[in-house]
Amino acid sequence: MTQPTDRAWRGLPDSRGYYGAYGGRYVPETLIGPLQDLEYAYRALRASATFQTDLAELLRDYVGRPTPLTEARRLSAACGGARIWLKREDLAHTGAHKINNALGQALIARAMGKRRIIAETGAGQHGVASATVAALLGMTCVVYMGTEDMARQAPNVARMRLLGAEVRPVDVGSCTLKDAINEALRDWAANVTDSHYLLGSALGPHPYPMIVRDMQSIIGREARAQSLEQMGRLPNALIACVGGGSNAIGLFHPFLDDPVQLIGVEAGGQGIETGLHAARLADPERGRPGVLQGVHTYVLQDPDGQIAATHSISAGLDYAAIGPEHANLRVLARAEYTWATDEAALEAFHALARTEGILPALESSHALAEAIRLAPLHPPEHILLVNLSGRGDKDLDTILAQEGRP
Amino acid sequence: MSTQSRGAEAISAAFQRAAEDRRTELITYLTLGYPTRDATVPLVRALDQGGSGIIELGVPFSDPVADGPLIQRASHAALQAGITPAGCLDLAAEIRAAGVRQPLILMGYYNPILAHGPAQYVQHCVDVGVDGLIVPDLPPEEASSLQSACDATGVALIYLIAPTSSPERQAIIAARTSGFLYVVSRLGTTGRGTLPLDTLRTQITALRPLARTPIAVGFGISTAQQARAVADTGADGVIVGSAVVERAAEGPDALERFTAELSAALAGPQ
Repeated sequence: MTQPTDRAWRGLPDSRGYYGAYGGRYVPETLIGPLQDLEYAYRALRASATFQTDLAELLRDYVGRPTPLTEARRLSAACGGARIWLKREDLAHTGAHKINNALGQALIARAMGKRRIIAETGAGQHGVASATVAALLGMTCVVYMGTEDMARQAPNVARMRLLGAEVRPVDVGSCTLKDAINEALRDWAANVTDSHYLLGSALGPHPYPMIVRDMQSIIGREARAQSLEQMGRLPNALIACVGGGSNAIGLFHPFLDDPVQLIGVEAGGQGIETGLHAARLADPERGRPGVLQGVHTYVLQDPDGQIAATHSISAGLDYAAIGPEHANLRVLARAEYTWATDEAALEAFHALARTEGILPALESSHALAEAIRLAPLHPPEHILLVNLSGRGDKDLDTILAQEGRP
Repeated sequence: MSTQSRGAEAISAAFQRAAEDRRTELITYLTLGYPTRDATVPLVRALDQGGSGIIELGVPFSDPVADGPLIQRASHAALQAGITPAGCLDLAAEIRAAGVRQPLILMGYYNPILAHGPAQYVQHCVDVGVDGLIVPDLPPEEASSLQSACDATGVALIYLIAPTSSPERQAIIAARTSGFLYVVSRLGTTGRGTLPLDTLRTQITALRPLARTPIAVGFGISTAQQARAVADTGADGVIVGSAVVERAAEGPDALERFTAELSAALAGPQ
């Protein structure tokens, strides 16, 4: 819990892009110059009233922000105990929080004179968000996606193509998000002059974890103001799923100095003991500090430092590294991290569908699973705020394949 | 080779011999364990016999982000066949035992080195006769622990300069590198491509007063003709990777012929 005297999470990253021991810029030399250019451009734009106004207007008029904060009364009653509230990122345009970051970075890219957007995608939500903002701003868009993810998120592949993006299948390695990021980095290294790499999570080399966090912090700022208005107080705990961790850091960040518990939920897959999971902080044997795709953080790896294969029912959480700011918040004990299995996430998906009439994304269902587990342990005065980071329509094929047709 | 200097000194000596012979040094790259573990030593001997003055050995990594399709595939195949970072060091020892005397440079990504422990890794390199390291995802800003281990042992830590490196960074990297300065010829990853020869010539001329070491150019050089063209830009060394890996799949004889072609093209002054 909070140690009010020791707020070591403030003012990060440092000048080298570190959050404590985590972060940095571990990339081929070709990408160092472009990353420095991006950092300088972003620092200037962040201080620019025009940029902030343009972004705020688009978030309101195009994305539909602020997204609501909804009390899940029937779900809470079914659980018994604490009351569960939902931050409704599923209601943002394109159906997930990813649009917040995609829009912000596309505006940065435009200001830098870039005409082409490169993106990677796991669940497809970031790819859809990137394709959407590229269409909005008249830019070309190439999205790299692992072939395994393309199979399990087919509707999002179709959406990206309808939005005018080119989806390039990645069939090397594990054919998932990690491999898509490798290809996106390679494309960027070849096309830095005219292209911006629109990285989708709070991951990768500095300044991406900072930019993505800043763009997603609108979630937490809104949720904090809405809590004060609708609950008359702050919630006791915030719960969010953590793949790279952009929806979680976006929710947590504006609450860091508050006496509010922060809980990140990783993908427990088929259980930590099976090794088939993506819970970097829950597996002390394989989840160790390392370097993957530009950043020093907790990485699932074998004893030789080869990156481990991951598993999750949700493509968006199926990744071997966690965002560096989460690694630091965990070391500082300012946030705690747990996991939910595929099975628990599926149960949570159904529970929310039937009690509240909302189909959550399988990623968000991991956060819901933890709320459902915690609620009965607390009295009704206790408030759990869950980030409902995305809608579940994209996951219907996965769920139906898993469970058979209803 | 009369003196048995090792590390950065051995690399400098190789370049010096090349300069004395009025040729441009040939540096070839081979992925360790590709196409099989047993194939590696005969293939490195073929590079030796073919006239490669310095040999770069790739340590396969699961996520080779600086590499193009050929080296990606070779790394993946070697990993599937069971090669490990420790197995790569064993192979280096076997290469030395087979009589290969050229400077050996390990090219590998940072996470396996970090998992091994940078100081221990460098000590193991010394023990098996490796002279230098290229770590493509470790820019000088992040390299302090590996750098001090290399400084303490004389192992060369070779840094890269890219077309996107600012003049300030070029000066820093040129001053920091040891063994040689690795100039990346063009944007993108390793593998076949077109070379901006005029830009390279200008860049090498500009780097010359900044560099304390020889300058070698790599990425995209796949034929003897391209190697010669890069030598004519003023480089002290030419690095050929993907094309060598491609030839390695055809066996040691084909590889030796290709290496001899490359080294013949680099003989003779500019």
